Amino acid sequence: MFISNIENFLRRQGKPLVAFISRLGEFSIFVAQSVYNCLTPPFYGRNLLRQVIDMGFYSLPVVGLTTIFAGMVIALQSYSGFMRFGAEGAVASVVLISVTRELAPVLSALMVAGRIGAAMAAEIGTMRVTEQIDALTTLSTNPFKYLVTPRIWAGLIVMPILVLIGDVIGIFGGYVVGVYKLGFNPANYVNSTLQNLQAIDITTGLVKAAVFGFIISLLGCYNGYKSKGGAQGVGTATTNAVVSASILILIFNYVITELFFSK
Amino acid sequence: MSENKIEIRNLHKAFGRKVVLDGVDLDVVKGESLVVIGGSGTGKSVLIKCIQGLLRPEEGSIKIDDEEVVGINEEQKEKLHSKMGMLFQGGALFDSLSVWENVAFDMIENKKVNKKTAKNEAIRVLRSVGLAPDVADLSPSELSGGMQKRVGLARAIASRPEIIFFDEPTTGLDPIMADVINDLIIESVKGLGATALTITHDMASARKIADKIAMLYKGKIIWQGTVKEMDKTDNPYVRQFINGSSQGPIKVEI
Ligand SMILES: Nc1ncnc2c1ncn2[C@@H]1O[C@H](COP(=O)(O)OP(=O)(O)OP(=O)(O)O)[C@@H](O)[C@H]1O
Ligand SMILES: [Mg+2]
Repeated sequence: MFISNIENFLRRQGKPLVAFISRLGEFSIFVAQSVYNCLTPPFYGRNLLRQVIDMGFYSLPVVGLTTIFAGMVIALQSYSGFMRFGAEGAVASVVLISVTRELAPVLSALMVAGRIGAAMAAEIGTMRVTEQIDALTTLSTNPFKYLVTPRIWAGLIVMPILVLIGDVIGIFGGYVVGVYKLGFNPANYVNSTLQNLQAIDITTGLVKAAVFGFIISLLGCYNGYKSKGGAQGVGTATTNAVVSASILILIFNYVITELFFSK
Repeated sequence: MSENKIEIRNLHKAFGRKVVLDGVDLDVVKGESLVVIGGSGTGKSVLIKCIQGLLRPEEGSIKIDDEEVVGINEEQKEKLHSKMGMLFQGGALFDSLSVWENVAFDMIENKKVNKKTAKNEAIRVLRSVGLAPDVADLSPSELSGGMQKRVGLARAIASRPEIIFFDEPTTGLDPIMADVINDLIIESVKGLGATALTITHDMASARKIADKIAMLYKGKIIWQGTVKEMDKTDNPYVRQFINGSSQGPIKVEI
């Protein structure tokens, strides 16, 4: 009686656990395969170029818009907040630090995850359910190298560039609010930004960007690659790609910050 | 060297608890066209995917040109695929590429033929399956089902493979277009001197393109022979299938 209760309990609770573990294993294998294939030839340059253009060039408007408003709101908020203890002068450096370290990488990554991670999952997922991935194999082409590798390289290359552009635009947003709304002297604002500019702020932002780019492409490809069950399966894959990438971006954002700045 | 191009012994494949192939034995003689018939869901597509290494069987052996292909590594698989062509049931054309890039895929990606030569060759192959050159620059999604089948056929034969697989080449086409495809299959197989393995439940097509016919039922090959032998056989399963009758030993689970 008691034993069979335990058995039933294990059977009920065990199933999702086993499913979870096997999925984790499947994902680990996918990651290992991705890394291996990213480092070994052949490379499909044309596919990489297409991904770079899709992910980089066409993301510029979204990244520009998010970072400029992020920079603007930080200037406004820090000004009104710092006025309480007479530290309004710190606005320029607060904008600089928060944009380069946090806002540009995280917001850009979340936007690109929504834009590109979803598109990757949908495209590869559709290729899976319509047997195009099998067709690649029968044409002596490794689908991993043809589809996944270029996307992962694109993520690693493009995200830091986007974030660098986002840094500039975000700081400019802060400048606009600082000078035209809060009445800072333009020369002073630029000066205090330049004086506080430190390499570490930019580099951590760029390291984050590269990691986020990897996460976006990896999860987009993984969810697409493993999708099954027709249009519905592709829909699920797309949602999962965006949600899981966003969560991982926020987690890794903390982890990387901790690695660089905890002392 | 045996005369068999493909030799399958005791092939088993299951998905979870669902057994699909349960001990398939099948030979495809070099230069011959074998047609596998069988009801929907009997595992015909699974059989082809096992031969191509797209699915891994649990048990059994598949030999191509006397070499075992079950469990070979990626590199060997790529080499193996360079002598095989496949027409997929759903076409499986790459929708991110134009029609001619689909047909020339192997030339461009594997043989590194320059674009212009590849395109000319692709147009020549397209013409051989009855498609005009102006189709070449369209996207596969702009084509009708019958045209997509032809492009799929063109892609399958473009690399002049030794073995060609056709997964239901005529399903979903009108009878005239189906017959056109049959003729194209015969022409391209004979033209290349290739070995062909076709799966279908279209009996008219099977009669036309087969040198030999094999019937797959409940995970096993239960009968094989020539078209003439098929018409004379008293095997009740084959009789029921070719007559398309719901009465007989084959029960459809509804
Ligand atoms: N990847 C897979 N995962 C799980 N089950 C599968 C998979 N592929 C095929 N099956 C199952 O195997 C069985 C045989 O499928 P298969 O596609 O080979 O049928 P078929 O003979 O080609 O049928 P049809 O004539 O309708 O194309 C089906 O019941 C199907 O559900
Ligand atoms: Mg099938």
